This record gives sequence, C-alpha cells and structure tokens, in this order.
Amino acid sequence: MMSTCAALSRRVVLQNGLAGGLVLAFQWPLRAAPVNEPEQQPDQPDGQFAPNAFIRIDNAGKTTLVIPQAEMGQGVYTAIAMILAEELDADYAQVVIKHAPASDKLYANPLFGIQVTGNSNSIRSFWDKLRAAGASARAMLIAAAASQWQVDAESCNAANGKVTHAASNRTLTFGELADAAAKLPVPDKPKLKDPKDFALIGKSLKRHDTPDKSDGKTIYGIDAMVSDMKFATLAQCPVLGGKVKHVDASVAKQLPGVNQIVVLDDLVAVVGDNMWAAWRGLDALKVTWDEGPNAKINSTDIWNGLRVESTKNGVVAKSEGDIDKGLTQGERFDADYELPLLAHAAMEPMNCTVRLTPGACEIWTGTQVQSRCQQYAAKAAGLPVDKVTVNNHYLGGGFGRRLEPDMVESAVRIAKQVSSPIKVVWTREEDMQHDVYRPAYRDTISASLLNGKIVAWKYKVTGSSIMARWLPPAFQKGIDIDAVDSAVDMPYDIPNKRVEYVRAEPPAVITGFWRGVGPNNNVFAIESFMDELARKANMDPVAFRLGMLEGTPRLKAALKLVAEKSGWGSPLPARVGRGVSAQPSFGSFIATVVEAEVDDVGGVHLRRITCAVDTGIAVNPDTIMAQLQGGLIFGLTAALWGEVTLEKGRVQQSNFNDYRMLRIDEVPPIDVHVIKSAEHPGGIGETGATAGPPALRNAIYAATGVPLRRLPIDRAAIAVKKV
Amino acid sequence: MPSSIKINGASHDIDVDGDTPLLWVLRDVLGMTGTKYGCGIAQCGACTVHIDGNPVRSCVLRVGAVGDRAVTTIEGVAATEAGAKVQKAWLDLEVIQCGYCQSGQIMSAAALLANNPHPDDADINAAMAGNICRCGTYVRIREAIKSAAGNGGRRQS
Repeated sequence: MMSTCAALSRRVVLQNGLAGGLVLAFQWPLRAAPVNEPEQQPDQPDGQFAPNAFIRIDNAGKTTLVIPQAEMGQGVYTAIAMILAEELDADYAQVVIKHAPASDKLYANPLFGIQVTGNSNSIRSFWDKLRAAGASARAMLIAAAASQWQVDAESCNAANGKVTHAASNRTLTFGELADAAAKLPVPDKPKLKDPKDFALIGKSLKRHDTPDKSDGKTIYGIDAMVSDMKFATLAQCPVLGGKVKHVDASVAKQLPGVNQIVVLDDLVAVVGDNMWAAWRGLDALKVTWDEGPNAKINSTDIWNGLRVESTKNGVVAKSEGDIDKGLTQGERFDADYELPLLAHAAMEPMNCTVRLTPGACEIWTGTQVQSRCQQYAAKAAGLPVDKVTVNNHYLGGGFGRRLEPDMVESAVRIAKQVSSPIKVVWTREEDMQHDVYRPAYRDTISASLLNGKIVAWKYKVTGSSIMARWLPPAFQKGIDIDAVDSAVDMPYDIPNKRVEYVRAEPPAVITGFWRGVGPNNNVFAIESFMDELARKANMDPVAFRLGMLEGTPRLKAALKLVAEKSGWGSPLPARVGRGVSAQPSFGSFIATVVEAEVDDVGGVHLRRITCAVDTGIAVNPDTIMAQLQGGLIFGLTAALWGEVTLEKGRVQQSNFNDYRMLRIDEVPPIDVHVIKSAEHPGGIGETGATAGPPALRNAIYAATGVPLRRLPIDRAAIAVKKV
Repeated sequence: MPSSIKINGASHDIDVDGDTPLLWVLRDVLGMTGTKYGCGIAQCGACTVHIDGNPVRSCVLRVGAVGDRAVTTIEGVAATEAGAKVQKAWLDLEVIQCGYCQSGQIMSAAALLANNPHPDDADINAAMAGNICRCGTYVRIREAIKSAAGNGGRRQS
C-alpha cells in the first residue's frame, strides 16, 4: 500500500521521487501530433435507412445504434443496444455503437425533457421509446420485403438482421431492404414483442465497451487529440467567488515548454507543450487572490447554519393521517442524523478540449449533459448554439460530477485567449477542490411506537436544493423533489406521516448531484432510525421491517431473500454485527445486509455483503449485479471515509491521500441476488450507493450498541480503547 | 534532450526534459493515451506501466531515469503471457465498468501473475491495493486474477 501521509503533496513527491535536475531552457520537441478526431457526427444519417434518431442501417447492412445516454461504466450502451436490437431483430453481434451528439430535440431524456444521464433513469425512462424505435424500424423493413415479394407482411419474420418469408423460403438482409424501407412511412404504433419472446433482453450479454477498455484503445475525453493542439491546466480561485488580484508570471514564463499564461477574472491557466510543462508553469505562478467574503467560512459555520435552519418548520412535502395525534400515541422517540459534504472524485479528472475557429467552436469531453455543454460553450464563445459541436466520449466516471458544464465553460473561456486548439486538464487537486459537492444534510425524525409498529413518523430534511440551481422549473412550492425522494415514498405502512423540507444553502460551496442523489440521505436516516426503533420495540430489525411492508410486497420479498442468503440471525463473534437496509428507491426494491467487525480502536472491517434486488425486467442481469457491487462500494467508501471540510473558505482535501477511497484489501465478497420480475425496469446505477451506508451503520450498531447518527463513521465513538 | 526510449518493443526518439514524468511522455508526446492520469502522486495506480516487467507508477517516474530499460504499457501488454491471460479474464468476468482505472489494474495484475503465477488473497491484496477503482470493481478484479491464474474464480451469480 502506498503511503497515505497527509502531508504528502505532489511537490514533495517530485522533490523526493523525481530527483530534480536543472531545468534547461531549450525548445521542446514537437509531438508526433497523433489525432483521434471522430469521423462523422452520428446524427447525420450515414445509412440509407434512418427511421428515428437511434437507428441507421446502410446498404451493406451495417447497423449503427446511436445511444442517447452517456456511458460512464453503468453499462447503458450495452443495455440500450440490447433493447433496440431486440425489437429491431438486428444481428446483435454486428451492431455498431455511437455516442449521440448534443441535441435535446432528438435525444432528450423523457423524464427531464433535456439530454441528461442521471438519476438512474436511462432504462426506466427510455424503455418504451427505444422499444418503439426498434419495433417501428423492424415493421418498415418487413413491409419493404413483403412488398418486394408481393406477400402479406404478417407472413414474414425478422431475425438476426434478415427478413424471411418461410413459405417461399426467401430471405433479404436489412442492408438489401434499407433503400426501400426508407421510402415507407414510420408506423405510429408499432407492435412490440411479447416479453416472453425476448431473445436478448434478460440475458447477461457481453458489454460492447469493455474490449477496447481492456487494451487501452478507448478514447475518453481526456484522451482527445486534435491537430496542432496545446495542453493547458488551470487554477481557479481557491475560495468560491474569489477573483484574481495579481499574477507574477516572471518565473513561469521562463520555463521550458510553457507557451502562454492566461489570466481571467476568476482563474489562471498555463498553456504548454504538454500537461507536465503546463502544470509546472502553473506551480511557478505567483497568484494573489481577492478571496472575497467566503474566505471567512469554516465547516463549523456550515454546520451551525444547517442546525439552526433545521429547527424551523419546513414546507410539507407529504402528509397522511394526523401526525400530531399519532405522535401522542404509544411511545415517542426522536433523533437527528447528519451527512457531510462529499466530493465525486471520478477517476478521470475534469477536462475539455476546445477548437475555436472563426464562427465555430468544437469541444471534446465526456459529459452526462451534452446539450447543456453545448449551450455553455456557445455562451462562453459568444456563438449561436448551433455553431458548437460537442464530441462526447466514454466517461471515466460520472457519479453526477459530469452533470455540470463548468469544465467546458472555463475551457472555452481560456481557449478564446489562445491561438491554437487546447486541451484543458484539471489536476486532481483542482478537481477535488472545485467540485460541486454532495450537500450536507440534517434530518430530524420523530416517531411513535405502539405494539411493535410505528404509528406516526415525522421526518424533516434540511439541506441545499440542487434542483433549484440545476433545474429551476423542477423546484416548485419550496420543495426539492430530489431532496425528499425516498422520504415521501418511504415503504413502511405507517398511518400518520409527515415529510417536510427546509431549504438551507451553505455558504462557500456549490452543491450538486452525487451518486445516489436525494435518497442517499433519506435512506440513510430512515433505515438508521428504523434500527433504533426496532431496538426500542425489542424486535429483530428484519422482523420489525417485515411487519410494516404489506404495502410494498416487492421490497418485502427482497428483504426475506436477503435475510435467508445472508445467514441473518446466525451467531457471530463479539464485536461483529450484521446490519440491514431496505429501500424502494429509483423504481427498484433492494434489501442489503452488511456484516462488519469493529476492532478495539474503532477500526471497521467489512466481512461480507449480501444484496437482493427486484429491479423489474433486468435487461442485463450481470450489469445489475456489477452496478450493485460497485454502488455498494461507492456508498461504503463515503460512509467509512468521506467528508469534505472547509477552512477559511478553502476545501481542505486535495487528493487520494487525504480523501480516502476503499481499496481492494478492504472489500469483502459481495453477493447480489437478482429477483426475476416482469415489472417495468427500475433504475440501478444509484441504488448500491444508497443501500450500503445504512446497512453498515446498522451492522456497527449491532456489533457495538452505539447508535451512530452521523457519517462518516466516528471511530472514536465505537472504540473500546483510546488510541 | 534528445534520447530514445523503448516501449512495447519499439524504440521511440523523444526530445523532452528528463524530469518529465514518463506518464506525460507517453500520453502527450507519443499519443499513447491508454496509460491514465489519476492523481499525479502515486496514490491511485491509474498510470501503472511495467519497467523490465515490474509495475511502476509512471506519474512519478522521470523519463530520464528509464534509460534503456524496457517499458511495457497497456497497449503492449497483450504480447506478454500474463498480460494476455489477465485481459481475457477481465473480459470473461466482465470486470470493467467506466474502465478509466483498468489500464493500471490490468498492468498491476499482469505483473503480479508474471512474478507469482498462483497468488493467494493476501498476494492479490498486496499487489493491487495501490490501484483505486472508483466504480468499485474490486470483487471482480479479485475473481479475474484467480481465474487468470487457473485458481478458479467465479462469475457472480
């Protein structure tokens, strides 16, 4: 394991690890100028047959599927290709996949109305649209064949990229039919397959994107290479809202490979022959910042503000029964839970490559919001939106960070000052300290227990509204629908319920979506308190939940299955516990058991994780498992280690040495059981991140009896020895 | 200063400051972008390459220190027996998600298997704990290494 000394900085590594020789001034060599610009925008139909935005079939039969959603590891390119190919009856092994260009008109996510990949809704919200797209293309190809053969379309069949008329033993390929099909009208309501006839959906088919990812061929945004490109890196004011006051570039300018210093209102950038030259130039700049009022803000200010706000009454997001009366019945309990600011730390740091030419702007990046990047680039470049081309790429992790266009906007602003195309790559430190952070939340809960059941539940979320900034039309009547997601629809049968939301914006940080979004706060608080209530009721946590899940039978079934598969109730050694969580989030019903050991100094060791999921029709079951395995680790990483703190307005964490990630030696076996279901597909990408933390917290509760009410895990609170 | 560097069996003439980390020579000078930048301080392993078969973090290895030793990158690791086995196992078990860290993961795993054909869990931990995967593919990485080693390894079911 590498050293994780908190004092480690890149400069120290360089001094010690890269014995620094004298830097000589000479002309840096030119790159061989390798380029990998895409050949053609995929929305320009390159086939003869393009019945909709997703399918192109040329005369040779080459079937290109244009995928509206961004592939950030969640397997969506494979799943969407499977759905399209299923209804199209394409030869799945031969389909070619392309990234969609920026276009809300063609590729808007049906849920948001704009082009966005997030909230685990690619498959959920595109399901009907994609099936119809495939089915209508298939119907047109069959109609073209039937017309040529002078037979009834009903007597023809399609499979593996061919149309066949069995009675006369005739076959035509999709390629041979493309011209004729293109002349036919697109059917309004194409006939969809009966799910029992699915040949692709429901199978764990191999992913399209992984072979190239296994041998270094995949081009991520950070890998884009454009002719005559220079490399740049930037420093934004370390305090949000601050401005550049003065820059002394005298040393930086002299460094070899440094081409240009760009000073803008709020950031500085260095352009060089390669990233290293630019970076060294940036390090050599002496920048004085006017840090502004946020320079006084510390984490304690954010927490104090949140705690004060949380004492206010919130806007009612859900009300059932009579909460005041309900809380007087039985025995009442109260608790508060707090979750910290978090960084995304996608492995691929933020980046954007820009080529500005008179009247046009072209960008290369990896984004979850293609059209929004196009709009921000256009505004920064001072061009009409249609003069901006967005080349999207595979994403080296998204997790919500790439729902923001800030890296595009700043890159274009820098590019305006530079005569050549530039690739702007953020250092890891810049990436971590200029993130849009998962909001800090405080949840206050009151509940009353009567005869082993909850009779009243009052729940209040206090935190930043991401929606109010990110999608203002969705923020209505003071309610952030994301912030209360999985709280307003909590799964338990409780007669008297009330959910409130208090919007409280923290100073000095911008907040954004983070894998698991609103539910990662609410599921944590709800499921943590459920365990505390189970203990008050003197009941087993699984049995306690099962008794209140009549209204949510799919979750009940998942919970029963996970209890069985995890060995729930079997004996464990001292200071080892099992914890459970259950969630109905994102249209998927998931129950999780984490088994963990707490050592004498409060160290937490994961021993085993078991998960049961009913996600409706599982388009690709292996992907469902992979997403849960990975999502659980993502959430548990945060539960164990994640917290972004501020001092004097500056984010204190900077890199993986002081913002810890779980590593392979800390991760136990994770078994995921996918429940067969014929329901509409649910979302899956976020779900593991949401499921892990409360199950771990409850495992620690079981192991130690300490009811932690805050993340990350407080080791001192669960230690039996002082360190 | 002008010099030559041997990568994946081929010699490349380069003319860069000897202090430049090998990572940036590979990526920005030679256009071999399979090797990734993740942290710049040898904390994440995304930039792992082999020098004479040993895994090193190219983000903190000055190119001037490479000398005439053989550099192997993700683009060339398939030519090694262990590398080819690891890549196959990675696909057989569908390890990869976003894939950004996987060049480094595969290079670390290939070096492990080349030096230790039948690693146990502790060997795997020791060899792989320097490689961060933010998608959380660790469970499958472990299984894929065992599979490549012929020690079993199972597809999750």
